[in-house]
Amino acid sequence: MADEQGFDLDYAPAPESTGIVELADEYGLYIGGEFVEARSGRTFDTISPSTEERLATVSEAGAEDVDRAVAAARTAFEDHWRDTPGTVRARYLYRIARQLQERSREFAVLETMDGGKPIRESRDVDLPLVAAHFFHHAGWADKLEYAFPNRRVAPHGVAGQVIPWNFPMLMAAWKLAPALACGNTVVLKPAETTPLTALLLAEVLNDVGLPPGVVNVVTGAGETGAALVEHPGVDKLAFTGSTEVGKRIQRSAAVRRLPLTLELGGKAANVVFEDAALDQAVEGVVQGIWFNQGHVCCAGSRLLVQESIAGDFVERLHARMARLRVGDPLDKNTDVGAINSAEHLARITALVESGVEEGAVLHQSACDLPDRGFWFAPTVFTEVQQSHRIAREEVFGPVLAVQTFRTPEEAVEKANNTPYGLSAGIWTEKGSKVHWMAERLRAGVVWANTFNRFDPASPFGGYKESGFGREGGLTGLGAYVRDAGGVSR
Amino acid sequence: MTRTAYAPVPTTPVDEVALEARAAELCSRSIKTTSKRAALHLAIRCMDLTTLEGVDTPGKVSSLCRKAIRPDATDPSVPSVAAVCVYPEMVAHAAATVAGTGVAVASVAGAFPSGLSDLDVRCDDIRSAVVDGADEIDIVLNRSAFLAGDLARVHDEVAASKEACGDAHLKVILEAGELGGYEPIRRASMLAMAAGADFIKTSTGKIPKAATHATALCMAEAIREFAQREGRSVGFKAAGGIRSAKQAWHYLVLMGETLGTGWLTPDRFRLGASSLLNDVLLQLAKLDHGRYGGPDYVTVD
Repeated sequence: MADEQGFDLDYAPAPESTGIVELADEYGLYIGGEFVEARSGRTFDTISPSTEERLATVSEAGAEDVDRAVAAARTAFEDHWRDTPGTVRARYLYRIARQLQERSREFAVLETMDGGKPIRESRDVDLPLVAAHFFHHAGWADKLEYAFPNRRVAPHGVAGQVIPWNFPMLMAAWKLAPALACGNTVVLKPAETTPLTALLLAEVLNDVGLPPGVVNVVTGAGETGAALVEHPGVDKLAFTGSTEVGKRIQRSAAVRRLPLTLELGGKAANVVFEDAALDQAVEGVVQGIWFNQGHVCCAGSRLLVQESIAGDFVERLHARMARLRVGDPLDKNTDVGAINSAEHLARITALVESGVEEGAVLHQSACDLPDRGFWFAPTVFTEVQQSHRIAREEVFGPVLAVQTFRTPEEAVEKANNTPYGLSAGIWTEKGSKVHWMAERLRAGVVWANTFNRFDPASPFGGYKESGFGREGGLTGLGAYVRDAGGVSR
Repeated sequence: MTRTAYAPVPTTPVDEVALEARAAELCSRSIKTTSKRAALHLAIRCMDLTTLEGVDTPGKVSSLCRKAIRPDATDPSVPSVAAVCVYPEMVAHAAATVAGTGVAVASVAGAFPSGLSDLDVRCDDIRSAVVDGADEIDIVLNRSAFLAGDLARVHDEVAASKEACGDAHLKVILEAGELGGYEPIRRASMLAMAAGADFIKTSTGKIPKAATHATALCMAEAIREFAQREGRSVGFKAAGGIRSAKQAWHYLVLMGETLGTGWLTPDRFRLGASSLLNDVLLQLAKLDHGRYGGPDYVTVD
């Protein structure tokens, strides 16, 4: 602790107050504009991963509940929403965006309580982006004929959307905003470990007067998700999550010829050339792998650094890693928060053990981890070979695998040599090299001299086992319309 | 110290967007309670309390020196500042006033703030300030030569100035706002350090583009690299436009998290400012009494 005598980097606690969040003890499902008890009769607890304390009890939607939610969405679609003018849909989206801005701190605190991510990120990244997504898509709602010129488009109908636990609100925004802008109605299933912000969002939807049934939220785990995905009343599916579940969903959608977008795992390479702005590249690598504890599908979990600077660069990275502040996610100075669940912590631990067994060299920051909650120290592996599991499999945690390359050709080959293809990073001060690399990297998003930056105008999505379809931008909007046929206007 | 010969200085590239993003991130650190008090005390201990006006008089300088020695007459726990910073003409007077108190005298010299006069004249200026009692000399880098690409000349002039300083510490002002970007700032930093600067300093305070946290980060990264490469720890001084205590503690955060706590001492870190001290005192009083007193509750010197 800093005392009267000296100022050091052991900053006094600066906790964000949780007083702004009013948690209910129990939450029902949000169906047809009302919070209702699950007919399944089942509930589950959602806990804070940083304290393991129960936050609330949440209904678990069974098949009958999902059926009700889809029916409510169908009724809203056919009764009015598909015929609601774009200008009116835009008005709702603008209202949602403004409400989310006004209640941004409340949402950020709840996101951090339920998910474990640092308040600095939920406050400065997640919630501003959430509002931006609603604003962006509000702008499109009455301009679809300009978005899709020479086509006559119509909404699909009822969209079934299943989202993950790493960016609960942001993923809800990515899914809901384009769906509503294009005139679809939605049944949204948040992840079982992070259902609370989606339920708070449902309150906002009621507050802004969004008609009942346009958006429905069904909470639950894999079984609930499967019920939604398999439901015959769903016209369009969107899923963000693991590649394993994504494949199951694709099989199911393929049989029914349902339009589907999948945003799955990743094993992105951050490629650092010897002519890069090295200190900023270090920051980019840090941002790439330790942002949100590495619970990021597009995380830069592989560092490919040019051999000529590898020693120097890794030294800079170690020094920076040592300064990461790990701990209470509600403390405003925390850089790395809690791992989302005990189950996920076990998975990270097992993969890291495999890295050690396979001969990679482990470096971890010497931070004091809290006694309660789920934690994993920021980790770097050097001497990683392409054949190691930590270089092949998605860890989805704060674990970086460092490899070297000699030439740009080798960098491309190694970066692309993965079943995934979601994102990649290039660090060089030479513009021509950026373009040469970007043309050859098989990744849906390529960042140059930055990493993990998002914008609602920029399409996001993957190649290969990272999925297909895009979210954001015009491409993302296109996933929520179909050709209506008839005469183009 | 023997004068170093010029050799081209390798400069690591700097990316503006990422640099500014990192600086902003560091400036979002929340410094509270005990940390805030410690930071405010350290900010005072690292302060070069400055007056650099054409209208400075011995009376004005006396008043400044008194404030430097005992910033808060009502609270003896508040430490003295590191130094007073004045024009050469005022050095003898300042030195006499602070003698024996532990407060150092810093003098701008070398045709401050342009640095554009004959090198011999500039070195004489330095020597005379040192003879008058200056412990520290703040000169400006020859931006004219730097922008013209004559890096050898820039280097040799700093080396000559260092020699002229004798035992006095040399701070080299880059006037970062006039160098045209972060990469030139990093290059100028490396050049000044290679030529023997004890401190590198952001600005003169005489142009509108004053010190920014991103500039400080850029220079701190150069200091870190220089220390790693050459094994010599060079100090950093931020100056120009630093008026609020919050700005000041974010400089401390930035230094500490970039260079380590070894830089959180007056030997390696300074804040050059005139009005900052009063805001720091008001913030300290607020920690004690819960109220921010306002300008009439501190002395205007």
